[in-house]
Parts: sequence; C-alpha cells; structure tokens
Amino acid sequence: MQKECRKIRCRIVLVLLGTGCIVFLLCNILYGSVSISFCDFIHIFTGKETEDTYRQILMDIRFPRAVSAFWLGGALALSGYLLQTFFHNPIAGPFVLGISSGSKLTVAVTMVFLLGNSIRVSSTALILSAFAGALLSMGFVLLMSSKVNNMSMLVICGVMIGYICSAVTDFIVTFADDADIVNLHNWSRGSFSGMAWNNVIHMSIIISLTCIIVFFLSKPISAFQLGENDAVSMGVNVRMLRLGMILLSSILSACVVAYAGPISFVGIAVPHLVKTMLGTSRPILMIPACLLGGSVFCLACDLIARTVFAPTELSISTVTAVFGAPIVLWIMTKRRREVF
Amino acid sequence: MEQYYFQTKKMCVGYDGKPVIKNIEIALPKGEILTLIGPNGAGKSTVLKSIAGQLRLLGGVTVLGEELLSEMNGAKRAKKVSVVFTDRLQAELMTCKDVVATGRYPYTGRFGMLSKEDEQIVDEVIELVQITDIQEQDFRKISDGQRQRVLLARAICQEPELLILDEPTSYLDIRYQLEFLSVLQEMRKKKGLTVIMSLHELELAKRISDKILCLKGAYVERYGTPAEIFENGYIGQLFDIPKNSLKQTDNTLLAYVEQIETL
Repeated sequence: MQKECRKIRCRIVLVLLGTGCIVFLLCNILYGSVSISFCDFIHIFTGKETEDTYRQILMDIRFPRAVSAFWLGGALALSGYLLQTFFHNPIAGPFVLGISSGSKLTVAVTMVFLLGNSIRVSSTALILSAFAGALLSMGFVLLMSSKVNNMSMLVICGVMIGYICSAVTDFIVTFADDADIVNLHNWSRGSFSGMAWNNVIHMSIIISLTCIIVFFLSKPISAFQLGENDAVSMGVNVRMLRLGMILLSSILSACVVAYAGPISFVGIAVPHLVKTMLGTSRPILMIPACLLGGSVFCLACDLIARTVFAPTELSISTVTAVFGAPIVLWIMTKRRREVF
Repeated sequence: MEQYYFQTKKMCVGYDGKPVIKNIEIALPKGEILTLIGPNGAGKSTVLKSIAGQLRLLGGVTVLGEELLSEMNGAKRAKKVSVVFTDRLQAELMTCKDVVATGRYPYTGRFGMLSKEDEQIVDEVIELVQITDIQEQDFRKISDGQRQRVLLARAICQEPELLILDEPTSYLDIRYQLEFLSVLQEMRKKKGLTVIMSLHELELAKRISDKILCLKGAYVERYGTPAEIFENGYIGQLFDIPKNSLKQTDNTLLAYVEQIETL
C-alpha cells in the first residue's frame, strides 16, 4: 500500500519538475525587456517570415541563455548532491566548499593571460582551467577533511578556501588591463548572459554525458549513502566510487564556473528541496530529480534576474541567494530537531 | 580429520600497519557458532572487521570453503559474508523494510531494482525476525533494540554463508536477546549458516557457542569449546576481576563474582 503511494508520489514529482522545466524555458524565451507573443514564437520556429530583430533576440540571445540556464542549473544541483553524499554533510555544495571559487581563480588567471597575449579564449581552455581549479580546491578540502572529522569544521575550511581564492581573483581583476576587466567583472559575479551557441552545445554534451555516468553509479551510491564501511561489506569498491564522485562533481561545477561564473546556493538548496518533495533519498530518483530541480530553480531565478528590475539586470547569484539562503537555514533548523 | 569450513591461518590484524593481535588461528566446521569474548578494547571488533574485509589483514589468510576469503573481490564476498556491526547506518527517509531490502544489494542488477523474488525473500525474513509490526516505520525513529533486529534481518536477506556480528545483543532486553539468538540457531540448523560474533553476555556465550575465542592483550588467550573455556575461574582471570578489593567492600558483589567464576 504505502509502497504504491510512494511510487505515485515520485512519479508526480518527476512529471511536475519536467513540466516546470518546459514552462520556465518558454517563459524565459518569451519574456524580457521586449515581450514576444506566442504566435511570433511559433512563426520564428517554423521559419515563417517575421521581424528580423525578433528573430535575433529569440535565437541568438534568449534561446541559448535559457538552454544554458537549464543545463548549468541541473549541473550545479547534481554536483551539490554528489558532494553532500560524498561528505555525508547536508550543507556541502560546490560554492560552500570553495570549489567554485577555485575554478573562478584559475579561469580568471587563464582569461587574463590569454587576453593579455591576445589569444582567443576558447571554451575548451576555459573548461580545462576551471576543472583544474576545481580539482585543486577539492584536493585541499579533502586534505582538510582527513584532518577534521567534523561537519561544520569542513564547511568552515571550504568557506576560507573560497575567500582566499576570491581575494586572489579580485587582486588579478584589479590589476588587469581595462579591456579585460569589463569581461571579467560581469563573469565573476555570475551570469547566464552572453552565451554563444557553440558554448551551449559544448556544455550540453559535457553535462549530459556526465549525468549519464552519474546515473549509472546510482546503485553503488545508494550503498555508499548508508555508510562507507557498510558499502565495503556490500561489495562496493569504495575507493573507486569516491574517486568517481569527486571527479564527476568537479567536472559539473567546473562547467558551470567556466561558462556562467560562480553561482551560489543552488547546489545546497535544490537537493534538499527535491528530497523533501520526493520523500525518499534513493539515488536513482534523486539524480534525475536534482537535474530537473536545478534547472527549474535556475530558469526561474534567471527570469527574475532579467525581468523584475528590467532593463537593469541582477546578477544570478543575487537571486539564487535570496531564495536559496532561507532554504539552507531551514535545513539546519530541521536537522537540529531530528535526533541522531 | 574434521572438515573445516572457515579458517584463519596466522592471521594478524591491526590498524594502519600496526598489528594489534597476531597469529590468530581459527578452525570452524560449517554451521557452527564461534563467539569472541574478552575485556573492552581487547580487539574483538578489529578481528571481526578484518574477517569481514573492512580492514586489510596485516598477515596470514582467511579461508572460506575452498577459497581464500581474504583475496576474494568485494562483489563475490558480499554474496558469502554478511555483517552486523555497531556503526550507525545513515538511513535517510527509509522505512525498516527499505533497510532490510538493501541486503539484496549484491543480487540486484545494474540499477538495484528488486525483483519479485527479492521482495519475497525480504518479506520472509521480516516474518522470521518478527519485525512485521515495525516494517513501515522510519528506521531512524525506532528503538536501538528494534534497530538491531532490523539489521539482523538485513544481514540474513543477503543470504550469507558466514554471518559476522559485533555485540549483536547489546541493546536488547532479555526476551529479545533470547529471540535473537534463537533465530541464529534456526538459521544454522536450516541453512548451515556459520556465525562469528562477539558477545559481552557470558552466560549466553556459554550456552549458544560451539567454540569460544578469548582475546586479551596482543594475542589469543584461549580457543576451545565452552566447556574448556569456562573452567576453574578462568573468566575472572580473563577479565582481571579484582577479587581482593571487592572482598573488603561488598558481599553481594562478591557473591556475584563467585557466580561468574562458576559459570
């Protein structure tokens, strides 16, 4: 009986998240400083004659931006979910643990260096440098986590790493050439704006492949969740799994930083929201639900960032923090009440 | 010659390359129950974790049937050996039944979906261990004693040939202790399950075990049948019970000590 109920509930949640994604994708494409009617949208898509500016706004600005918010939001949430599982820590996430800031630093260095030598900045170079930065921070966090055996201490270490990296990034930005700064400044606050189609295609491929691999790890992750020693006695190769989880979550958060800059709170808040909605923590459901949930969250936040104070655009982190931080507080008070 | 099912040969266990107990020799026929006893900190859990493969052996081998258990890969070992340790399971949003069902892990496919057959085994085991009434409750909200029985059910679900338990009766009241041990008895009769566990309750250890291993300091003090172990006040010696200091203070306690020594 109860089992049937849970199944139905999970299905409903997944369908809701799926429709949420589609609805918000459409909203993001249709609304903005210039509103485009649904008819025009259909016309543009079916290739009928329409005004050229509309077509440009839609196909070159809004559509790639919406698609990138979709993928990067999902990537952030999934990366947060992997980190929370890995550290058995409910408030872990790429931003909190300083992984985003590590990527931000290396990407800033790479951009300044490449622009300074007037080399074109390719998306491959950005992703690789972001990945290197993510791994560096991650290595540091892992080193710390072997020394401190305490949830809150780990988070504090991560936050400190984040501050150090941000400080160095600011330093670099301050002394960079004028032309670079405009570029860097926008990006280092986090934004989905200015996505080119080829970037969108790259990130779609990388993130979807990573997600598929994560999905195939859902069974060992389910054993790992219960406890590491326990997973060993269930026959899981814990060492390989840990390595896999670290690499995959680093790839995901590196992708986000490389294209959109650091975005806070999505990684922590979404997995918890999704878990509460599903009423289960089974990875096989959590993984797709996190992906969709992160997408909905980021699409919604980007819509707000673009439209509420239009034509002024808010940085995406401003919006995600407004909605994400209360959720984190709620998680922490809720955990207090549960006796462990 | 007696046919042994589980053996350790020159097994040496410890943490981080530092041996705690050396040269452990165990030989156990199929379907027997071995109990580890000894004072706190004697290394009972270390021995159990090493046999279960959670700790790397620092020397020697363990043998299960015809094969080297210590060389077996995880997936294969998980179908032969299951464990109930004292680590807390971090079972978030899981009912007791969900937890029991995780015991089927080594048998499920790539995505860990339970088959009809798996579900049936889970239901049978829940019946056997008598946790039908709590199966739909949240695993984190049940008592320690109930939790222990759920974990036993989970370990049995794994259909092991060797079951390893670390102080399984610690949180149980006397009735559930007896019920718990009777499930073990039943399993070994029906399925030839071999059991290795640590116990603090000496009375129970004496009654249920076929063999007893006494750990103290850096070595195995004694290994034998309960009759061989519980003789001539050996227990008092094993646990260093301070008879003289007790003598002056309290007669009731002293009487209890004497009772323990004549177990």
